[in-house]
Amino acid sequence: MIPEIGHFALILALCVAVVQGILPIYGAAVGNSALMAVAKPAARGQFLLVLTAFCCLGYAFAEKDFSVLYVAATSNSQLPLHYRLAAIWGAHEGSLLLWTFILTVWMFAVTLFSAHLPDATRSRILGVMGLVSVGFLLFMLTVSNPFERLIPAAPDGRDLNPLLQDPGMVIHPPMLYMGYVGFSVAFAFAIAALLGGNLDAAWARWSRPWTTVAWCFLTVGIAMGSGWAYYELGWGGWWFWDPVENASFMPWLAGTALVHSLAVTDKRGGFKVWTVLLAIMAFSLSLLGTFLVRSGVLTSVHAFATDPKRGLFILVFLAIVIGGSLALYAWRAPRVGLGGGFAMISREGMLLANNVLLIAAMGSVLLGTLYPLFLDALDLGKISVGPPYFDSVFVPLMTPAIFLMGIGPLAQWKKASLPDLAKRLRWAFGVSLVTAVVLPIVMGNWTPLLSLGLLLAIWIVTTAIVTLRERLTHVSGNSLVSRLAAVPRSYWGMLVAHCGIAIFIVGVTMVKGFETEKDVRMNVGETAVIGDYTFRFDGAQDVVGPNYTAARGTFSVSRDGRETTVLYPEKRRYTVQNQVMTEAAIDPGLLRDLYVSLGEPLDDGAWSVRLYHKPFVDWIWGGCFIMALGGVLAVSDRRYRIAWRRQEPAVPASTRTARRKVA
Amino acid sequence: MKPRHKRFAFIGLGLLVLGVATVLILNAFQSNLVFFFTPTQVASGEVPQGRSFRIGGMVEDGSLVRENDGLTVRFIVTDTAKRVPVTYKGILPDLFKEGKGAVAQGKLNADGTFIASEVLAKHDENYMPPEAAEALAKAKASGAQQSKSLIVPQGRQGSL
Repeated sequence: MIPEIGHFALILALCVAVVQGILPIYGAAVGNSALMAVAKPAARGQFLLVLTAFCCLGYAFAEKDFSVLYVAATSNSQLPLHYRLAAIWGAHEGSLLLWTFILTVWMFAVTLFSAHLPDATRSRILGVMGLVSVGFLLFMLTVSNPFERLIPAAPDGRDLNPLLQDPGMVIHPPMLYMGYVGFSVAFAFAIAALLGGNLDAAWARWSRPWTTVAWCFLTVGIAMGSGWAYYELGWGGWWFWDPVENASFMPWLAGTALVHSLAVTDKRGGFKVWTVLLAIMAFSLSLLGTFLVRSGVLTSVHAFATDPKRGLFILVFLAIVIGGSLALYAWRAPRVGLGGGFAMISREGMLLANNVLLIAAMGSVLLGTLYPLFLDALDLGKISVGPPYFDSVFVPLMTPAIFLMGIGPLAQWKKASLPDLAKRLRWAFGVSLVTAVVLPIVMGNWTPLLSLGLLLAIWIVTTAIVTLRERLTHVSGNSLVSRLAAVPRSYWGMLVAHCGIAIFIVGVTMVKGFETEKDVRMNVGETAVIGDYTFRFDGAQDVVGPNYTAARGTFSVSRDGRETTVLYPEKRRYTVQNQVMTEAAIDPGLLRDLYVSLGEPLDDGAWSVRLYHKPFVDWIWGGCFIMALGGVLAVSDRRYRIAWRRQEPAVPASTRTARRKVA
Repeated sequence: MKPRHKRFAFIGLGLLVLGVATVLILNAFQSNLVFFFTPTQVASGEVPQGRSFRIGGMVEDGSLVRENDGLTVRFIVTDTAKRVPVTYKGILPDLFKEGKGAVAQGKLNADGTFIASEVLAKHDENYMPPEAAEALAKAKASGAQQSKSLIVPQGRQGSL
């Protein structure tokens, strides 16, 4: 019964979405305010309906209703409740429901925080989001229904993939989807502006906070996925340039470019056409990413073809969204105008260069991800594009971008002078260069890449200090504290996010330069030394978990004769799928992680063991979280709060319509 | 600078970046593509010399031998038609098992042994990795083994 309610709610949601996608947009085109007024209640109603469906599926999981095919396929009676609930997004159908649910959450948020928008704009935005929602709901209802029944019911479920039975996996997909789907707001803003034909600075100011929030979620989501891979897969790697990861990284690159391009449109009115294109690109890549990961096409192009209906729907949907919005773009963009001119050496110029580099990097990732799929689909052979490709393309493209990142905030808008910039930045450059060369030598391992990484990281920090100092001389206030407080939060946000990149780079550089790894056979009582640490293997015992049995090893770690910590890595066997999983044990630290994972049992209680010493590895994720924190700071800036608080009803309705007609 | 010159300068700069990016990408592509071969192709000498590639197939039953150091393993990858001996030093992935599919990346040495630098297991234990399944399917002239059986549970299975 409950699953049928969920199914029915989805059908109703589809009806509402169709209404929401058509009437308000039409109303905005003909200037009918009654039709436009449909948008808000429709969006809220759709949110409630999809919420109902989502709760129904959650209920089916909680109640172990194995007569629902999806529940039977992704959970099991022994699976603890929190993982049963997380199993909602453990596979294809449920993730689409999550996607749609989050889309309606964003829609609901738009209805809440759009009081300051003109009616026509708001109805167009909600209309476009409604149309996107139509696509997803249709997809679910026709070829990928999470509420499909399994008659007769399965006695028990097939269980959630043990890899996904992890707290990180519980939070990672919703975070990532908040980011993916959040770009739909920026996309809807862009399409609304194209439809309305008025792309002004106000448009950029409205869509900026939405984009930044989505970007923050995406940043955190990617970081969590990477962290999960690090501790759950037992290989100690944090980024594999795997298609699944690339799928989330491409929207991030486009989104980062969009955040910066929006800044120019907001402040200077420039880059309009480019900004719109980036908004379309970021959302298209989010869609592509969702489908790449969830359609099974990555596992095998041919598995994708075994369910041609699903594949066809996806291709048609992508073609309509991407093709349609690009066609609209080609048709309407020339009317938008180009915005003010600027010299090549100027803040706009540097932001443009940054944008081009980010998009070039995104293109290279796209190529490396899709090319093997194309070859395979055309039966031209099987290839794989590994990390060396991405590393060798990415580093040279990002190096100039990061170098410009230091200069950009110091350059004047419109026209800056190169000698002047050089003068202001010379000590920052000197300090970075000297530290980058000397530091690795002091630490006893000089490599060009190590120096380059440190140079870029220190360059970001020192230029941020210069920027802040110059900024402080321009704001009024007597004490340093009051002047610091007078710097707008969006400015702090930028500085903090950039420093996040610096921290991230330090993490990557130090791990690449100084990590040590050892695969060893260890007998009970035997020791192995890695870094400055001595690992003693004290044997393995059997333990029993809720839905697995495990061998748990005990490792005493000491340094200079003093005990540092005791680590308990596990080798688990999940009973339902009879699948073996490595559960690494990690002692995290600010300056280093110690990482142990069990290989295989050998004779006499000995095990093959993998030991890692990873300096600064936590800085990688720390940097990402600080980037996101910067985004949060930027969004909390005063000017947005004022814009949101300014309620429109203060103006009489008649003057509002009059004003709109003038506009 | 006149606006027209400025535009040319911008376009020129854009093209330059694009050009550099293209060169980088093509160059990296050239040297970093890893091709996949079946044991039959290895036996017939189709594989590149001195270059890393991937082979896939089934790990032959009873072929797994562990050396005394506990880390070096030898096994045979077969597509039922031909067999390739593989040596690997390191810890095998959780899903590696005799009688199951496996994909290995590495080089062929002079006496025909495949020296693996990496053993991959991008699948759960009931199913084959797609490459391995295809190798088996190709070898079987009757082609009974189809990739239809490759219903791999969704999730991050790709990132193994």
